[in-house]
Amino acid sequence: MTGDPAAQPKFLSGNEAVAWGARLARPHVIAAYPITPQTTVIERLADWVAEGSLASEFLHVESEHSALSACMGASALGARTFTATSSQGLLYMAECLTYASGGRFPIVMMNANRALALPWNIYGDQQDSLALVSSGWIQLYIEDAQEALDLTLQAFAIAEHPEVLTPVMLNLDGFVLTHTYEPVAVPSQEAVDAFLAPFETPNKMSLTHPVNMGFTAGPAHYTEFKVQQHRAMKNALKVAADVGRDFARHFGRDHGGAVVPYLCEDAEVVLVTLGSVAGTVREVVDELRSRGQAVGMLKLRILRPFPERHLLQAIGRCKSVGVLEKDVSFGYQGAVFSDVAAALSGQGSKPMLRNFVAGLGGRDISRDDVRAMFAMLQSACDQTGESRLHFVGVEESTHA
Amino acid sequence: MPSSTAKSPVAKLPLSEDEPFLGHKACAGCGGSLAVRLVLKVLGERTFVVLPAGCMSAVGFIYPQLAFGCNAIISTFAGTASMMSGVAAAARALGLRDYHVVGFAGDGGTADIGLQALSGAIDRGDHFIYVCYDNEAYMNTGVQKSGLTPLGARTTTSPAGRVLAGARSHKKQIFEIVAAHGIDYAATATVAHPYDLIRKVEKARDTAGTSFLHILAPCPTGWGVETSETLDVARAAVDTGLWILAEFEAGRFRINKTPRRFKPVSDYLGQQKRFAHLGSADAFAIEKERDTRWKRLQRLCGTAASG
Repeated sequence: MTGDPAAQPKFLSGNEAVAWGARLARPHVIAAYPITPQTTVIERLADWVAEGSLASEFLHVESEHSALSACMGASALGARTFTATSSQGLLYMAECLTYASGGRFPIVMMNANRALALPWNIYGDQQDSLALVSSGWIQLYIEDAQEALDLTLQAFAIAEHPEVLTPVMLNLDGFVLTHTYEPVAVPSQEAVDAFLAPFETPNKMSLTHPVNMGFTAGPAHYTEFKVQQHRAMKNALKVAADVGRDFARHFGRDHGGAVVPYLCEDAEVVLVTLGSVAGTVREVVDELRSRGQAVGMLKLRILRPFPERHLLQAIGRCKSVGVLEKDVSFGYQGAVFSDVAAALSGQGSKPMLRNFVAGLGGRDISRDDVRAMFAMLQSACDQTGESRLHFVGVEESTHA
Repeated sequence: MPSSTAKSPVAKLPLSEDEPFLGHKACAGCGGSLAVRLVLKVLGERTFVVLPAGCMSAVGFIYPQLAFGCNAIISTFAGTASMMSGVAAAARALGLRDYHVVGFAGDGGTADIGLQALSGAIDRGDHFIYVCYDNEAYMNTGVQKSGLTPLGARTTTSPAGRVLAGARSHKKQIFEIVAAHGIDYAATATVAHPYDLIRKVEKARDTAGTSFLHILAPCPTGWGVETSETLDVARAAVDTGLWILAEFEAGRFRINKTPRRFKPVSDYLGQQKRFAHLGSADAFAIEKERDTRWKRLQRLCGTAASG
C-alpha cells in the first residue's frame, strides 16, 4: 500500500464526495439539471467552475434528457463527461440511457436513488435505478461517502477501459447517503492523475479521421452490435476488479470486489443487500454472531454486469438466503431477488429463498426489521412462489 | 469527400464540387436532402453533423451504407440541439480549431419534440448552426401532422375528412419563436433560392454564437407534387407570400424579398394534392394568415406603414 500522503481529510456528504470525485477526474464537460436529492453534487461542481478551480465546460441544460444528450455529444468527440440525476430525472432521460450504452459512450453519472411517483415522494428507494437495470449501464451501489468518492474515480477508469467502453451509473441512496456527512479522505490531484489516465479512445469523431457514429442497423446487423455490447459489459467485472486493485495500490483503500461477503464463509443464513443499508445489516450480523448464530451478509456492489460467479462462490452453499432491496417489480417480486434466485437455481444445492422489500419511499429500515428478517430466514419452513415475498413493516399480512 | 462526375446545375453555384452527402436513399425530388447537401457544401469537411431521427438519418445513415463524408452522428429525436451543445462544449474543451457544428432536424424534430432543447441551447448561446429542413409533416414515419404543417394540409393524421378537412391550425411561427430568444443569427430560406441560402449559411458559419436556419424543403411524396416540381413549389411559396425570406441579426428583423404583388395562393395550393380538398373558407383563412404574418414581420422590421 503506497497510500496518498497528500490526501486531505474533509467532512463531506455523499453528494459532496461524488462531486470531489468528479472534480478530481477532470471532466471536460459537465451537463446537469437539478433534482432533489442530487442538487448538491452539481452545486459544488458549479462553485468550482465559477471560482476557477475546475476547468470543465459546465452546461446548464433544460432537462435531464438534454443533460445526457449533451454528454453523449461531448463523449463522441472523446471528451470525459459527468452528469448526475435522480428518480424522475433518471426516467426522463431513459431514452438517452440506451443511446449512451448502445453508442458505447463511457459517461459517468451519479444517481441519487429516490422513489418514483405516484404518489410523489422525494425520499430514497431503489425503484428508479432498478427500473432501468437493463438499459446497458454498469450499475454500482455505494455504501458510504468515502466509497462514493473512490468509486467515482474508479467509475471513469472502468467506463473508459477499451474492453468496456460502457457508461457507469453510481447509485447513492437518497438523503440517507447523499446528505449524510462523514469524514472522507480527499485524494490529492497528483495522486488521482497518477491513477486515472486521460481518456483516449479510437471510438470518436475527429477532424483528421471523420466517422459516422450512432447509425441505423437493420435486422442483418443489429444483433451483432448488441452481442458486442453484452460482451463489453461482461468484461467490466474483470476490469472493475483490476481497477479496484490498482486503486488500492495508489490510495491504500480497497472497497472489495463486485460482491463483498461479510462473515459468509461458515454462514448458514445470509442476507444479500445493496447500498447504504448494508451498514445496518452488518451491525445486526455482528450482534447475532456474538450470540453464536451462523449468519452473514453479502453486499452487491455491482448489479450490472451481474456478478453471478462471485455470488455463488460466496453464498452458494448457504441453507437460507434472503434479499433485502428497496424496490419491487409490481406483480412479481424484487428485481434483485429475481437475479439472485436465478443465479442460485443453476447449482446443485438450492438454499431456501426469501425476498424482503423495505425502505420504499424513504421508510426507515431499523435493526429490529433486520433482526426479524434473519429470524424468518432461520425458521426451518421453506417457502415457494408468492409467499417468499415480504413487504417489511406492512400491517395485516407480511406476505404479499 | 468524393467528387460528382456529372456536372449538375448545382455545380454552377459558387460551391465545392465535393459531395459531402452522397449515396443516400432519399426519395426522388427530396427537398430535405438538397438542403443538407447545399449547407454541407458551404461548411466543408471540417464539420460535425448531428441528426435526430428523421428523414435524413433514415436515408443517410444505414449501416454499412453511411452517406456523410464528414463527422456525423444520430441524436435522439428530441436531442438535436442538446447533443450539438455537447459537441460544441467538447470541441471547446479539447481546444479544436477551425470546425463547424451543424444539426439537421425536420419540422417535427424542431418545432415539436426538439423545441425544449433548441430553446435551451439558444439561451446558452452555444456555438452551432441549427438547420430545420421544413417539409411540413413527419414525412419519415409516413406523413403525419407536425406543428409546422400548414392549415388545411392533408396528412395521414389530419386526413381530409367530412368534419375535419386537413390540419386545423396554422404553422407555428418557429422563426419568430427562435428570434424571440434574442438568438445571434436566424434566417429563413428555401431550396429553390440557393444563392440566398448559401449567403445565409455563410453568415451562420461566421456567427460566433447560435444560428438557426429555417429552410423550406418540399417533399414530393408528402405534398403530392411531381418529383420534378420540388423547386417550382418552393418558389411558388415565396411568390405567393406564404413563405417569407427573412433574417434576424443583432436583434433586428429584415425581410429579404418582398414581392411587389403576391401571386394568388391558389397558384401554390392548387399545385399540391395535399390541398386538393381545400374549400374556399380555408383558402381565405390561409390568405388572411399570410397577410397578418407579413404585417407583423414588417412591423418588427420597422418597415410597416403606420396604422
